[in-house]
Amino acid sequence: MTGRFTYTRRRLGKAALAGAALVGAPLPLRHAAAQAPGNLKVALLLPTSGLQAQIGQACRRGADVANEVFADMKLPVKLDIVNYDTETKPDVARTQAEKAIDAGAHMLVGAFDSGQTIAIAQVAEQRGIPLVVNIAAAPQITEQGYKFVVRNFPTAPMLITGALALHKEIFKVSGKTPKTAVLMSVNDTFGTAMVNGIKALFPKLEMPYEIVDTITYDPAAKDLSVEIGKAKATKAEMLMPVCRLNDAKLLIQEMVKQRWEPMAVMNPGAPGLYEQDFLKTMGKYSDFLISNVPWLDPKSAMTQALEKRHLAKFPNDQLDLNGGFTFEAMLVAAQAWLTAKSTKADALMEALRKTKIDQHVMIGGAIQFDAKGQNVNIKAAAVENLKRKPTVVMPLDAAAAPLVFPMPGWNDKRRT
Amino acid sequence: MTADFFLSLAQAIAKGLLTGMVYGLMALGLSVVFGVMRIVNFAHGEMMVVGMYLAWMGFEYLQVSPMLSLPLIAILFFAAGYALQRGLISPFINRPEHQQFLLLLAIAILLVNACLAIAGPDLRGVQMEAQFESYELGPLVLDAVRLHAALTAIAIAGLLWLFFTRTRTGKSIRAAADNHTGALVVGLDVRRLYAFTFGVGAACVGAAGALMITIIPVSPFLAVEYTLLAFVIVIVGGLGSMTGALAGGLLIGVSEAVAGLLLQPSLKSMFSFGLLILVLLLRPQGLFGKAGS
Repeated sequence: MTGRFTYTRRRLGKAALAGAALVGAPLPLRHAAAQAPGNLKVALLLPTSGLQAQIGQACRRGADVANEVFADMKLPVKLDIVNYDTETKPDVARTQAEKAIDAGAHMLVGAFDSGQTIAIAQVAEQRGIPLVVNIAAAPQITEQGYKFVVRNFPTAPMLITGALALHKEIFKVSGKTPKTAVLMSVNDTFGTAMVNGIKALFPKLEMPYEIVDTITYDPAAKDLSVEIGKAKATKAEMLMPVCRLNDAKLLIQEMVKQRWEPMAVMNPGAPGLYEQDFLKTMGKYSDFLISNVPWLDPKSAMTQALEKRHLAKFPNDQLDLNGGFTFEAMLVAAQAWLTAKSTKADALMEALRKTKIDQHVMIGGAIQFDAKGQNVNIKAAAVENLKRKPTVVMPLDAAAAPLVFPMPGWNDKRRT
Repeated sequence: MTADFFLSLAQAIAKGLLTGMVYGLMALGLSVVFGVMRIVNFAHGEMMVVGMYLAWMGFEYLQVSPMLSLPLIAILFFAAGYALQRGLISPFINRPEHQQFLLLLAIAILLVNACLAIAGPDLRGVQMEAQFESYELGPLVLDAVRLHAALTAIAIAGLLWLFFTRTRTGKSIRAAADNHTGALVVGLDVRRLYAFTFGVGAACVGAAGALMITIIPVSPFLAVEYTLLAFVIVIVGGLGSMTGALAGGLLIGVSEAVAGLLLQPSLKSMFSFGLLILVLLLRPQGLFGKAGS
């Protein structure tokens, strides 16, 4: 059967219109399609088992709600987040980073702990894949000239400077100043960086108290009775712990048992004292301990959106700086992708260097990275545990409750 | 030297003695097994960790205090130890030492991995009100859970002493340990006595585990530390000597506490190993061991 096909002006017009529709229709969707789920694969490397498991899981919760918060904030982006467990071990962190890159990750995020982060940074640098550090304070992470690493967390000297400035402010407001302090620290990468930083910065900052002893211990310590006994023997008026979660619990438990009641337990910028598991386990003994750390800005619209989503998804879990900084790491990754419009490492890295995020969740200025890849705009707050809740008490303009200082005794009636 | 220093020193010694009693109970199991069977239990730390996990599970899932679950754990460990000796270890009694070592190492690896598979790698601890309590004894402050654990360890060691000196089975075990051939000649069932001994050793370590969980949290990776610690204690005290195990435990407990006070707390383990080297150099049989044992 044969048919004769003739071109008419009308038929040609229809064909042209159909062709144009076919080619042109997806144009408005093209940008969105390029950023559909699965396009930017982010490997989130955290210690979700082992010694730092609880903190790693708290970090992860911040990432788990990231896409929902982006949607609430009308950010046209959705990340494909793949979780990897570092088991609180640097060697596993390295292996997992390699595995993530082999599986096609375009960007790495992690890893809460300095030692593990350094291991991941080396892999990121070797393989040319960008790493956004969520939490890790060891200065060397951004001091080694890495080209593929940015950090949205203060370095140890930044943490210390901010924390010690808050110490002075607390003494000024309360009218009480301890004359002596004892510094207790884990002897891992983070702890060592903090102790060295404190020793270097202390004379310059003209602090009103003297550090009479520095006691270091293994991060995997199961018993700190000897350490606390030694600290108590110094008769120091303040304990400055550079701790993690499990050792923070051991420290306070031993202090209660050994009936050591200094004027304050106030960290110089470290985790442990504000963690949900710490508050739950220590109960009334967790109150009135002070952490001087970067904290969530309650006035930010994005923080409010994050808190809402976090509460809805994890009603039994507290949102703290771990979740806040991990969420921000996802925000940095998402923003870089929006800017780069590509999943290529060089384009993403170029976009990361140009990052400027004014609206975010942690207290401080815009998220921006200097030439070394460090965000220098993060500010610290004094967070005191009050009625089992970490509460901002300093600086005064951000305070959510009045400061209680000196710390009431372990059996004081104010602890209920 | 000030009064404060001596008070701190006394405090450290008291704490070391209390912890040392639990160490001693743990090492007692190792020493009893070696003293009678001449087998070194390389799975000792792993058994201790299993004891800690059982006590933790009792507390976590059944709300039973480790002190209350201790007798049940000790009985379970006795039965498991008895069965293990009869089923697996007994055929290895007369084999070369390296074969015994490999067998017990395999058991150790199995136990650690079972703990990992069941409870995961995270630290598991019990949280009791007593863990925040202490007693005042003059100027000294004594940790409540350590004191309870130490008193229980003393009671168990006392029972063990009564068992070995007052019961027929205990005396038979000592006879078999002193003279294996003689024991066979007089008609003692040495195989059963060996199994019984291993059961008693296992019960000691299980009980020590139940006590230790009240002091520190457990993870499967603790096992190697405890095996090493038990070895240091029994070598310092004298392999095969019950008194030596208890004295070694006290000595290591006190030396760790005092070293932590006088030097750096992170150097306390180094001090124990220094003590071990000294004993090996000056008195290789250990403080209470017989020469040539």
